[in-house]
Amino acid sequence: MSHDTLPRPVKTAEEPVEPARTRRRRHWTKRPNPVAGLGSLLWLAVVIIPIYAMISASLTRQDKALGNNALKPPTDPTFANYNTVLHNGFGHFLANTALVAAAVVGIVLVLCVPLAYVAVRTRTVWSTGAFRLFLMGVAIPAQAVVVPLYLMIAKLDLYDSLLAVILPTAAFAMPVSTLILTGTLRDISEDLYEAMALDGASATRMLFQLVIPMTKGGISTVVIYAALQAWNGFLFPLIFTQSDGPRVLTLGLFNYVSQFGVNIPALLASVVLSGIPIFAVYLVARRALVGGLMGVGGK
Amino acid sequence: MPARRGWSRSSPRPYGGAAPHAVWAVPGVLFFVFFAVAPMVLAVYLSFTTWNGLGDPKPVGLANWDKLLRDDRLTQSLTVTVLLTVTSWAFQTVVSLLLGVWAAGRQRNRAILSAIFFVPFLLSSTAIALLFYALLDPNFGVIHQDTLGSTSGAFLAIVFVGGWQFIPFHTLIYQGGARQIPEVLYQAAAIDGAGRYRQFFSITLPQLRNTATTSSVLMIVGSLTYFETVLILTQGGPGTDTAILPYLMYEAGFKSYDFGYASAIATFLVVIATALSLVLVRLTGFGAMRSTREGM
Repeated sequence: MSHDTLPRPVKTAEEPVEPARTRRRRHWTKRPNPVAGLGSLLWLAVVIIPIYAMISASLTRQDKALGNNALKPPTDPTFANYNTVLHNGFGHFLANTALVAAAVVGIVLVLCVPLAYVAVRTRTVWSTGAFRLFLMGVAIPAQAVVVPLYLMIAKLDLYDSLLAVILPTAAFAMPVSTLILTGTLRDISEDLYEAMALDGASATRMLFQLVIPMTKGGISTVVIYAALQAWNGFLFPLIFTQSDGPRVLTLGLFNYVSQFGVNIPALLASVVLSGIPIFAVYLVARRALVGGLMGVGGK
Repeated sequence: MPARRGWSRSSPRPYGGAAPHAVWAVPGVLFFVFFAVAPMVLAVYLSFTTWNGLGDPKPVGLANWDKLLRDDRLTQSLTVTVLLTVTSWAFQTVVSLLLGVWAAGRQRNRAILSAIFFVPFLLSSTAIALLFYALLDPNFGVIHQDTLGSTSGAFLAIVFVGGWQFIPFHTLIYQGGARQIPEVLYQAAAIDGAGRYRQFFSITLPQLRNTATTSSVLMIVGSLTYFETVLILTQGGPGTDTAILPYLMYEAGFKSYDFGYASAIATFLVVIATALSLVLVRLTGFGAMRSTREGM
């Protein structure tokens, strides 16, 4: 790496238009790193094999599944297992989960956008204190508060309702959402605020005409992050709901274990089905999700 | 991304016209305090009461704590929890650090591989636990032996499954961190004749210190809560060999209806989680945390 780097300053001086990005790329890709390349392929296998085995097994006929090696492709592929799952309440659980996700996203955005705005723009003891509270909040394990929350939910008469899942899930999605939003909010140039101030804009107008449009990236990350939290939540639904009415997808999956018993292909079909919606979102909104999460520990 | 990234603490606060009043933060703070902070305080109170889930909790003084400190299961559970946390941390940090630094390069194949690497993170913990429950089934799965039936097998399965799920996320964090390292450092090192591995240990690793702190705090708090994985994969078994603290709490509360005792375990869990995070922040330097906070 040393030898070919030496002449670069001269070269850059000769071609002053070379963009920063190209220069950066050159460093990282200058020479292949076989050890790292091999390691990444190894991890690819670790990631892909279980996913492949899951999809392949979910297409296997139940009577052929036992004793069969899950790594072998199914000889006689069938969608019967998917049919079984779809006829066992899957749609209902999916609708509940979608409702929870939408509500959690709504609550988080309405509460966290102003919070992040204050945390970045207003430097008072109170706003700094509030921001610290959310930084510490990242470290609160949900398990630790589930018993008192159970008492509170019961006293509020919310037990066995979707609200019992929505409210705590939203609260626990807030710390990371606030961190993501303050991250993007800080990237807004001070000049823009000054320009708007010259026009006599109020803080409210700046929120709607500057902050929200400029933090679209962060906002979409938060939307996906909060939706993912709601989508994946297990503990709160397990403990705060009981009947089929407010049952969400993760609990539905959990129940399939006892319901399907040894019908492992059906169980895996339900796992595949549960992943499809979120995978679709990922395909569409990959950039927003990945970009925002990257910033969480980065700077 | 933009050229200007925040302002340093020492520089005078730039003024750009009307700033929002701190009151704007109140609804969010109240909501969070009500559903996350207040329950923590309530957990401490409940740990001094007896409550079976019906009626109202009744104060019993130190009885739950006394019972907790005499409980052999607590010692065992604490040992398993610590072992699981440390092993998971080591496994996830090594893999995601290497993958993240590698993925910070910008060729096309890296972008595609990184996209695939991220896929496990999209499945819920429940789905992932069920997937491995099926794949580890001795009659059905990939390995035709009773992995989950042996203590070490069950333990390693939980570590692996946790890593499989969360390494994508931490890889992303390290990838973001690695991309923030100023290129001039590498250029200077290259001029001084430092090779790739020397550069990794002398530049990349020290520069990723803040990233590692953030990632480690999230990992440690995360692995304290491998509840779904344990509940679905092993039910704390074989015997009680993988009954981590949150699982012990769940059993005490929602299986034995001893909510006072469960609250004592929960309080204990918070103390451990907070202490671990603080120790980690201190070990990696107070300045690290401050600048991480600054960056956020």
